[in-house]
Amino acid sequence: MKRYTFPGGIHPKENKSITEDKKITEIQPPDEIIVPLSQHTGSPSKPIVEKGSKVHIGTKIGEITGFISANIHSPVSGEVKKMDTHPHPSGGEILSVFITNDGKDEWENVSDRDVESISGGDIIEIVKEAGIVGLGGAAFPTHVKMSPPKGKQYDTLILNGSECEPYLTCDYRLMVERPEDILLGGRLIARAIGVKRCIIAIEENKPEAIRKMEKIVGRYDFEISTLITKYPEGAEKQLIWAITEEEVPTGGLPVDVGVCVQNVGTALAVYEAVKYNKPLIERAITVTGAVKRPSNFKVRIGTPFKELIEKAGGYLGIPYKLISGGPMMGISQYTDDVPVVKGTTGILVFKEETNSLVRTACIRCGRCINVCPMNLMPTKILAYIENGDFSNAKELGVLDCMECGSCEYICPARRPIVHNIKLAKLRLSK
Amino acid sequence: MLKVSSYPHISSETTTRKIMFIVIAALMPAFFGSIFFFGIRALIITLISIVSSFACEALCQAIRKKPITINDGSAILTGLLLAFNLPSCVPYWVPVVGAFFAIAVAKQVFGGLGYNIFNPALAGRAFLMASWPSIMTGKWVVPRLGTMSGIVYSLPVEMTSNATPLTALKDYSSVLGLPELLNAKSTIYSLFLGMRGGCLGETSCLLLLIGGIILISFRIIDFRIPLSYFLAVFSLTGILWLLGVTPVTPLFHILSGGLFLGAFFMATDYVTSPMTRKGRWIFGIGCGVITVLIRLWGGYPEGVSYSILLMNATTPLIDKFTRSRIFGH
Repeated sequence: MKRYTFPGGIHPKENKSITEDKKITEIQPPDEIIVPLSQHTGSPSKPIVEKGSKVHIGTKIGEITGFISANIHSPVSGEVKKMDTHPHPSGGEILSVFITNDGKDEWENVSDRDVESISGGDIIEIVKEAGIVGLGGAAFPTHVKMSPPKGKQYDTLILNGSECEPYLTCDYRLMVERPEDILLGGRLIARAIGVKRCIIAIEENKPEAIRKMEKIVGRYDFEISTLITKYPEGAEKQLIWAITEEEVPTGGLPVDVGVCVQNVGTALAVYEAVKYNKPLIERAITVTGAVKRPSNFKVRIGTPFKELIEKAGGYLGIPYKLISGGPMMGISQYTDDVPVVKGTTGILVFKEETNSLVRTACIRCGRCINVCPMNLMPTKILAYIENGDFSNAKELGVLDCMECGSCEYICPARRPIVHNIKLAKLRLSK
Repeated sequence: MLKVSSYPHISSETTTRKIMFIVIAALMPAFFGSIFFFGIRALIITLISIVSSFACEALCQAIRKKPITINDGSAILTGLLLAFNLPSCVPYWVPVVGAFFAIAVAKQVFGGLGYNIFNPALAGRAFLMASWPSIMTGKWVVPRLGTMSGIVYSLPVEMTSNATPLTALKDYSSVLGLPELLNAKSTIYSLFLGMRGGCLGETSCLLLLIGGIILISFRIIDFRIPLSYFLAVFSLTGILWLLGVTPVTPLFHILSGGLFLGAFFMATDYVTSPMTRKGRWIFGIGCGVITVLIRLWGGYPEGVSYSILLMNATTPLIDKFTRSRIFGH
């Protein structure tokens, strides 16, 4: 079988064996849920409830405000306790809805649609209404991705099951436990965006998922592509290149090469939304690292990290670093009071420093250049940024950087590349 | 208290310090070889060179009021490489002066590790060559088990007893029968094994090759630089040999002088060689061409160190013009 991949990239220690055999178990929501009103790329949602409002599971509490935005729904039934700012896993403090859970788990409205007869336009409308965003981490509103700009058209759908971040296994578990529903969701997306060719892409380090999918892809008219295990294989542009050898042009969108990439978890959410009218109020998440019982959980959005760590048996020793996401692109937290949001793929705890902290001057070894999947020269860009020369950094393509962190991972001098590139992008956007 | 830092939160295990010590380890076969071939003096010269480099680095950093980073191993490596580029019979002050020039002038003046334009050890050697040519090239020691030119069983030409293989070639190639002796199988063997005159670390191709293979297999150096360097020297001297310009075979050119040391350990110095893969091919070819030009038409019998220094100067330009096309552009 053909093995697909892209040039560059790294091979960090996977550490997936810690949780890959842990079934996704459902966690009962805590007594209080904190739902931030910004959980997606784009403009924050507008609150449409107030203190004292009664809500059910699936009651809309935040409304779309712009073209790129998403609805937000209550993950529990109960009462709005207050609206206040609260620490967000992506950083900063965000206006959030605090909901007291009455424990009754009453749903707003559930249905059981016949998914065969539903039209593409209706699917996009349902996805938009359900507040579905990309669940691979970037949290880009899915209905926007499914509605290409005028004059452009998709011809291929790729379901992204590569899950290249070390430690994380929730996408893998979804593929093993619910392969049919994922492909059904994929078919619904395909119908909505009008494509025939559907591919599910899985990294070789997930043989069980590949086996499960191989058995059923034919039934749902999917092809399966096995990817050579490498980080960042799941990055959208790299994944598209690996499979189609098409380059998404700089500043462009995947639709420019006719490819729509959706995370496997997103496909599942689309299926559940279309079939049961279920908005995005829960997701699968890996809790791993220095916790007593590393696990995969199905959790309601808004559940504080500390609840999940408790469910995973508590911290193993004194926590040193708490990361929302994986070790490559996850964001370190200063408190475990932050809630799970739609884009939270995992909670990773380290009890000690995992980076070699001995920083030296750049020794020009060129490793960063060899691993950069975007063909940039990270060390040269860094040198310009450190000298405050942002225009030359731009000239060298700093805006094309997707911040995968491969360069900094491989750097023997431990240069702070990603941090500075983020700074440069911020300065250049002003 | 939770630690907050920018991602990525994990890193590869290869650090600057580790790289330096792997290179030092890869030089160990040749180092022990140098003691075997040239005796205890090789050890003393090497130790003086390392200690001087080490002390000089610490002193410069103290004067510059910079953090002292001598434990990164780079000064030790420079000291070792400088010693490898000295004849074993030089007076003991020579490695001290060479180390001073290498570390203080070629490295620290330019800003320390990562900022120097020229390979420090080679700059130190070039300084010594320019200042005390008679000490650097006038006297050579016959290695154990060998002769100066590597010609093992017969010495019809008296001159070769005080000439290295390349000086013998440069100065006496008109002497009847000498080219044939240099091309003889036994000579090639002694060149490969290291039983010939030369700088104390450059003579044994075999031991340097072991080190080079260690570096390539640990992915410390890019095979492109040594490979293109060897290929350039081999093909260019091959053509010139067929044309009758040089009386010795390309094999002699590859194995003689400091080519193995230069190609594996000096031209591959990260700081002073290109970072791009394409650039590394160009760099290696450039080194090879200049080496041959110097050997055949230059004033010196050997051109490896100057060719690398010259190519060092072109490194920023090569990097600039071999930039890859950015994905999606």
